[in-house]
Formats: sequence, C-alpha cells, structure tokens
Amino acid sequence: MDSGRALHDCRDAFVETLEALAAENRDIVAVCNDSVGSSKLGRFRDRWPERLVNVGIAEQNMVGVGAGLANGGKIPFVCAASPFLTGRALEQIKADVAYSEKNVKLCGISSGMAYGELGATHHSIEDFAWMRVLPNIATIAPADRIETAAAVRFATTHQGAVFLRLSRVGVPDILPEDHSFELGKANLLRDGVDVTLIANGVLSHRTLAAADLLAAQGIDARVLNMASVRPIDREAIVAAARDSGAILTCEEHSIHGGLGSAVAEVVVESCPVPMKILGVPGIFAPTGSANFLLDEFGMAPDGIAEAAKTLVARKG
Amino acid sequence: MNLDSLNINALKETARRIRVQDLKTVFGAGAGHIGGEMSAIDILTTLYFHVLRVYPDAPDHPERDRFVLSKGHTACALYVTLAEKGFIDPAELETFLAPHSRLNGHPNCTKVPGVETNTGPLGHGLPVAVGMAKAAQLDGASWRTYVLTGDGELQEGSNWEAAMAAAQFGLDNLTVIVDHNRLQQGARLAETNNLAPLADKFEAFGWTVREVDGHDIAALADVLDSSGIESGKPSCVIAHTNKGQGISFMQDRVEWHHKVPSREQFEQALAELEGAA
Repeated sequence: MDSGRALHDCRDAFVETLEALAAENRDIVAVCNDSVGSSKLGRFRDRWPERLVNVGIAEQNMVGVGAGLANGGKIPFVCAASPFLTGRALEQIKADVAYSEKNVKLCGISSGMAYGELGATHHSIEDFAWMRVLPNIATIAPADRIETAAAVRFATTHQGAVFLRLSRVGVPDILPEDHSFELGKANLLRDGVDVTLIANGVLSHRTLAAADLLAAQGIDARVLNMASVRPIDREAIVAAARDSGAILTCEEHSIHGGLGSAVAEVVVESCPVPMKILGVPGIFAPTGSANFLLDEFGMAPDGIAEAAKTLVARKG
Repeated sequence: MNLDSLNINALKETARRIRVQDLKTVFGAGAGHIGGEMSAIDILTTLYFHVLRVYPDAPDHPERDRFVLSKGHTACALYVTLAEKGFIDPAELETFLAPHSRLNGHPNCTKVPGVETNTGPLGHGLPVAVGMAKAAQLDGASWRTYVLTGDGELQEGSNWEAAMAAAQFGLDNLTVIVDHNRLQQGARLAETNNLAPLADKFEAFGWTVREVDGHDIAALADVLDSSGIESGKPSCVIAHTNKGQGISFMQDRVEWHHKVPSREQFEQALAELEGAA
C-alpha cells in the first residue's frame, strides 16, 4: 500500500502552521500537559517560551486554563494526547469551553489508535462521539498534511471552539497543495455512481486505494473525504445516497457514535439507502500498531473493497 | 484604600439589601441554595462594591477585573448582586428559574452580562481563573482575577491541579476566596472529607494565605485590598463564614443547603433581615 509515496506525520504540518500563525499573531498561545515532545511544541517553546503554557500532567486544569486564556483575549491551542484531553477533561470541555462558548482550540494529538501497542487506555476511539455530542465544537479530522495545515489556519480565524483530531501515523498527500478547508464541507476525492465511500483522518487514503481495487473489478465508487464530523455535510451525504444508492463509512474510531453514526443520522432521516459502518467494532482493541489494527478490523484497502462489494449487492 | 465607617456602613446596608432580595427571589422561585448564598453575600458585596473594577455599561471591557463564582449553585446571590450593581434589571430577578429565563440555577456567561464563565459542576472556577490571570500576566495587564469557591468543592482534585499551576506561574494577580462555612450539601466537611488544615494546604502549594471573618466587611475589604501584595505568589483568602448567615433558624444548619422556606419561615427570615437595618 502506498509504495513509493512519501508518508507524512501530520503533527509536523500542525506545528509548522501554528508557528507561522503565531509569528504573526501574539495572541496565539499553546497549552499542554507536559506533552511538549509528543505535541512537537519544542520549537514553539524555544521561540516563545512565555507563550507555551505547560500546566504539567493535569488535563482538567489544562482545559480550564485554556478557557480562561480565551476569556483574556488569547487564542489557546490546547494540545495533549487525545484520549487524555477528551476523556479526562470531558466535563471541562463541556462546561468551560462548549457551554461557555470560549474560543479554545482543542488539539487531540496521536488520536485514534496511533498509540496502538500501548493498549486501549491510550487509544482515542471515542473522541468523535464525545466531541460531536456537545454543541458549539467544530469537530475536524484532517486526512493529510495539507488538510492539517488548512484546518489549523481555519481554527485560528474561526470564532469558537474547535476539536482538531490529529494523528502521528504517516499518511500520503491526497489533497491538492492549494486546498483550503471549509467547515462542514466534504471533499470529493473521486466520483462514482455504484457506491460512496466516506472517510476521514488516516482512513481517507486507504479508502481511495480501496476505490482503485473496486474500479479494477468494475465497481465505480465515489470517495468523499469528510474531515468535518460536526457540522457534517448533509448535502454531500444526500447527494451520495441519491447518486450511488449505498454508503460505506470508514473511521479510526468506534463504530458507535463517530463518523458513521453522524452519516447514518442524515441517511435515515433524509435518504434511506443501505449503509455499512467500518471502524472498531465496539471492543477494546488488542495489541498492535495502528496500521495493523486498522487492517485487523477490515480497513485495509482490500477489506474496505470487500465490504463495499457486499454493500453493493444489498442495493435493490 | 482605607474605608471609613460611613463607607463600611453603606456596604453593610448593601449586603443586607442583597440578603433580603435573595430571600425573596428564592422564596418566589420555590428553589435555590439559600444557605450558601447567605454565607457568600458579604464577600460578594465587598467584591462588587469595593474591590472589583467592573463596568456594568461595558461588561466586556477588556481591562475589567474578572470574577468567577466557582460555587455556581449560589447563582441567585450573584444575580441579585449583579442587579444591585446595574448589570441586569432588578425586575428580571422575578424570572429566576422560570421557563426560558436567562437566570437559571447556575450562571451562564453567554446570556448574563457580568458572568465570565459557566459554572455549576464544582471545581471548575479556579482552573479557568488561572487561565485568566495567565492571560493578564502575558499581556502585562493590570486587571486582576478573583474566584470564590465553596469549601466542600475543594474536595475536587481539579482545584489542586490549578493551585499548583498558579504558584508555578507566579500569578500574584490571582486571588481565591474560600467561603469556608464548614458545611457541604449532605453533612459537615469534618464528617465527610475534612480539608483541615486548609491554610496549611494552600501555603504548602505555594500560596500566600490570609484568614478573615467572612462576615466582617471591614476586615474583608482590608484583606482583599492587600491581597496580591506578595510578589510572585497567588493569594488565598480563607473567609470563615456561616451557612445561612443573618437568618437565625438557617444559620449553620446543613439542611438549609437548598431547602426553601415555608411562608411562615419566609416572614420570620424577612423580619430578621429587615430588623437588622
């Protein structure tokens, strides 16, 4: 898979963009929980030591401090491993950020199963569900370094809370260099009429590869990159249902409450068609790297293609 | 600023008026947290009418002092204080807890001018206040941040995460006031999860600590005027208070955490508060 294509750690695009913006805007600050290294904030700290607010290993305080900094006119990028940011500090995210409508940028680093071998405590396969159930949080999972950079630029100018779900697992470029992020809008990566594959984050490139396998078998798949989980692109989902008659979703998240659920909420209300949701099937994942686990859960390109073929067979 | 006796008497009269209105508002709504409101009202009065630089006509003024009511369940006392100060129309207090009123049981900063952050779940105010104080420190701004916590809520670990950070950051522009009425919702702190020695705990966490009678407005004004004078350290004011202060049958009684007075009790409480004028 992806042989010959360079793979990029999206954290690099995240910090490069953040630093470029911070150089222009002194109100941008970074907040972290001793995660300077894992959030790749070392150079930010060296350039602006006073603007790197490291609260130590204390996620509840970290999010509260972020909300207070926003009250004081700052644009805080609160960076921590996603399971601890979203899990430990969920009530702070709800009360201090979402309900209080504070301009806080929550950056869930190493999300999904990026820490695969470390076990389920370190997996963040619940964060779409936890974030998207809360009002006022733009929930975004970029697919590559280009979309990551665009999403960070968007987050800086957007007045309101943002959850950026970032991975450390290498991914190839799939979006054009001049891509600009638009909240609530999916990107058409490939058009097709037999089935629509919807994915985001580290699954988007796998899904594109699956579409190639399907094409070789005469199945013409549409592929949508849907970084914005909330708000979600209802129009693109309805069009996909209408044009292709079947929708398969792929995500590095539990099948409960994530991208697939968000798509299904639109499908059942507006355009009922056969659907399949691929993800972690409601269990704590076993030991293994992120890529191993994604393959294990049927999200290698051939696994995605097989699921799509089964879905196509269900079409009336 | 030294307060002369005339000003102190004016503050006492303001606090008495706020107690009367708080009692009427809770009685009218048929719900509230009157015990903890009576314990906090002298502190709120001293803050809003002596200490805080706030601007009712420009509630979002960037140079305003920040006040966070971490014990958000005593929202009614805050609403009455904000009305007395001119942030909201006193007539609106009649809508407290009514359907679609912006004056719900816990303060909402997106709806009520003068409220800085939404509180209700305990242990949220101090971390947010640390962030506010950090923002002012980064800007070299002169505004200060004050946060009022309950004592029972200090059982929440998030407060101690924030206490450590405030000391590490050297936030001498931050003052926490602990409304130390010794009672929590279900029982006395001492019977539940005692915080003693509270002053020693804050000192050990790197704070400057003062203790004061939380119903002595002159003493409160004095200690709040001088909080923050120790460079590089956050300030903690432990205000020794009584739940239900000012109403004899409520005072220091656990059950008055959120009990609502009967008509007869309301009349008696009103007579006691008005008799104190």
